[in-house]
Amino acid sequence: MKFLGNVIKYGANVDTDVIIPARYLNTSVKEELAAHCMEDLDPDFRSKVEPGDIIVAGSNFGCGSSREHAPVAIKASGIACVIAPSFARIFYRNSINTGLPIMECAEASAGINDGDQIEIDTDTGAIKDITTGKEYQASAFPAFIGEIISSDGLVGYTKSKLGK
Amino acid sequence: MGMTMTQKILAMHSGKNECAPGELIEAKLDLLLGNDITTPPAIDIFEKNGFGQVFDKEKIVMVPDHFAPNKDIKSAEQCKRMRDFARFQAIKYYYEQGEEGMGVEHVIIPENGLVKPGDVIIGADSHTCTYGAVGAFSTGVGSTDLACAMAAGTTWFRVPEAIRVELHGKLNPYCSGKDVILYLIGKIGVDGALYDSLEFTGDGVASLSMADRLTICNMAIECGGKNGIFPVDEKTIEYLDARVAGGYTQAPSWLFPDPDAVYEKTVVIELSEIRPMVSFPHLPSNTHAVGTFEKITIDQVVIGSCTNGRLEDMEKAAAILKGRHVADGIRAIILPGSQRVYKQALKEGLLEIFVDAGCVVSAPTCGPCLGGHMGVLAKGEKCVSTTNRNFVGRMGHKESEVYLAGVEVAAASAVLGYIGSPEEL
Repeated sequence: MKFLGNVIKYGANVDTDVIIPARYLNTSVKEELAAHCMEDLDPDFRSKVEPGDIIVAGSNFGCGSSREHAPVAIKASGIACVIAPSFARIFYRNSINTGLPIMECAEASAGINDGDQIEIDTDTGAIKDITTGKEYQASAFPAFIGEIISSDGLVGYTKSKLGK
Repeated sequence: MGMTMTQKILAMHSGKNECAPGELIEAKLDLLLGNDITTPPAIDIFEKNGFGQVFDKEKIVMVPDHFAPNKDIKSAEQCKRMRDFARFQAIKYYYEQGEEGMGVEHVIIPENGLVKPGDVIIGADSHTCTYGAVGAFSTGVGSTDLACAMAAGTTWFRVPEAIRVELHGKLNPYCSGKDVILYLIGKIGVDGALYDSLEFTGDGVASLSMADRLTICNMAIECGGKNGIFPVDEKTIEYLDARVAGGYTQAPSWLFPDPDAVYEKTVVIELSEIRPMVSFPHLPSNTHAVGTFEKITIDQVVIGSCTNGRLEDMEKAAAILKGRHVADGIRAIILPGSQRVYKQALKEGLLEIFVDAGCVVSAPTCGPCLGGHMGVLAKGEKCVSTTNRNFVGRMGHKESEVYLAGVEVAAASAVLGYIGSPEEL
């Protein structure tokens, strides 16, 4: 999938407690979660985010809890993709499973600025910063992960495996 | 090529003789876990996709512990959703509030003898890595993973690289497993073990109690680890034999790391060099030894959680609080981690010591650890907590501060009114 969007940039170790504070986990309705996404880290996130925007962050994005509510809240906020040098492993799984595109690319994380307009291709891993003209290449997903993604997430993969 | 303990367990559970780091495997699961926050979305997925019956009603554990006893109407609905599903599916290990065996999930699962060496366990809770203490492979996943695993009885893993953590010597007084893991996280950072297994070894292992080992593995996730795992020794067997149904006398003969197992790196820790540790806001890696920082006055102390809610933790807290009183203006909240811990603490007179010392004693719940209930912080408040995370807003207002510590520092700080060691009492 190709996306063109503006960048919202954050630092390293963005944890699941700031992505969606636990006090809002008495629901799993995605719109309700999106209403509080990032509020303890960036109170302006809700007002500035536009559909198709892309989060570019530092390493270990999504560290902390196993709450799948975190990628769900980000996706429901309209974010098209998260780019970071590395993702915490449960967040990584949860993103694949819930269909939030993620890309691992340390150079892009370092080189792209807040507010830049970037174009990405989640199939090829190509990242182009339209504002600066710089190009980057994200790591490819392992083949098995690609299979899960192309099976419409883990649920689709499991259904076909179980013959349901 | 030689394999680590984790790699051997994953190979055994995926029908292979061996597996290598980076390989993606499909593993059979021995136990699955969900709580009142992560299970309802898993049930939604399970039912919406017509998965029908769970793969094995005796291999799934459901625990209403996070926002239970229900903190509000929405939380009550989430608990009810899980309870109704558990009843409908006849889930064997659904633990209701107040029943024997109930409590905080990672306290009760080992306590109830549900995990064994060599098992593969996933839980929709990041601290599922706790059970590595008994020589199991256990790790946290999300709700979709839980839903699919409840249907299939399997899940996929990327076989992890490993870091060997060599422990030598013995701990100093007032130090415990909590100080070991905070020290390690401080040393390698919050992503120092990202995607890796942490394999503990060395002559220091024998000196650590099972409670210490459970606390250490519990926080493997806080340095990014996929799992933490201890070798099985006499203490493990003794612990399991008293808890596993039918007793437990012998770990699988293959359950040890091969002499030529490959490790990304080795971290050597002299246990005697560790001082009581405190992780300052807002990362568990922001560690400082007690006595090396200026006086920090506090508003609240929390003792409990899946990290430090075991009987040994209650006993350590009581030893410090006995005959003393919490400082003026300090709220000290103590949460025994399970009904069994609560009952034993009652029998041993610990709860009376806590009440006499001016503490709040709560039913087992995760409540305050994640800013849910039973001790949420106001703007600007500071809390010393034996829990596992001190992220921004973790226990309440985004301008509140959480200082992570072991039980003895937490109890001493409650009496002192500032962060300090029992030696200052």
